[in-house]
Amino acid sequence: MDSVVLLQRQLVDYTAQLFNEGFLDDQFNQLQQLQDESNPDFVVEVVTLFFEDSERLLNELAKALEQQSIDYRKIDAHVHQLKGSSSSIGAQRVQKVCIAFRNYCEERNIEGCQKCLQQVKNEYSLVKTKLETLFKLEQQVLAAGGSIPWPM
Amino acid sequence: MATSNGSSTGTKITALVVDDDRVINAIHCKLLNKLGIENHVAANGKEAVDLHCSGKKFDLILMDRDMPIMNGIEATRELRAMGVRSIIVGVSTRSIKQEIQEFMDSGLDDYQEKPLTSSKVISILRKIDFVD
Repeated sequence: MDSVVLLQRQLVDYTAQLFNEGFLDDQFNQLQQLQDESNPDFVVEVVTLFFEDSERLLNELAKALEQQSIDYRKIDAHVHQLKGSSSSIGAQRVQKVCIAFRNYCEERNIEGCQKCLQQVKNEYSLVKTKLETLFKLEQQVLAAGGSIPWPM
Repeated sequence: MATSNGSSTGTKITALVVDDDRVINAIHCKLLNKLGIENHVAANGKEAVDLHCSGKKFDLILMDRDMPIMNGIEATRELRAMGVRSIIVGVSTRSIKQEIQEFMDSGLDDYQEKPLTSSKVISILRKIDFVD
């Protein structure tokens, strides 16, 4: 019994940290609320889609910025997509960098764009690691016979 | 929240989610699903138009604005020109008044900022009298 409570506490604290540090915002709560017994893996599934799409978009962006003649409209379209999907799962810091990225695109500022690409890759990598840790903690709670205490 | 087999005929409300972002599609479909709405997905405006050409009808269409091949503005115009009377709600992240107006002018009944939440969807359904 004790171990379940401990694990739940860990999960709650870790989640709170992610919100406090701005990695996640309220949209993530919205996702949690959509999860139910008929679809207990909903959040993991959606976040996995986000990981796949983001990795594809980041690759496309890297390629686009290496071209001899930069297609800013293409880059903007990719960043717009990344902004949309990151905001839809609550990945706030990724979304914020995307906003700056789009501004540099508008200005056709190649250096700014390259800087933002690096930044967005970093933020993505961070949020990915943190979400994976979060899901692992959830699994541990469930494996110990506890339930996930959403919403937090 | 009442379970919504709200329509008096007992038939399910049907919705079409049009968006090129599959993360958004998964979320919006789940939202609608939880409200008892039967939903379909189209990845861009052209797919949405093609579905209608093949005879499909929907009570509600959630139309994204920026999509490849055919965007939401073109698709909405096309659907209205085809005589489609469904409720079309534009869904986008754009917040500039002019851009929203441009989208509305293409034939939308309503506009919501994405991502949608249950309360936004319920407010749409209330407007079209499907929910008490």
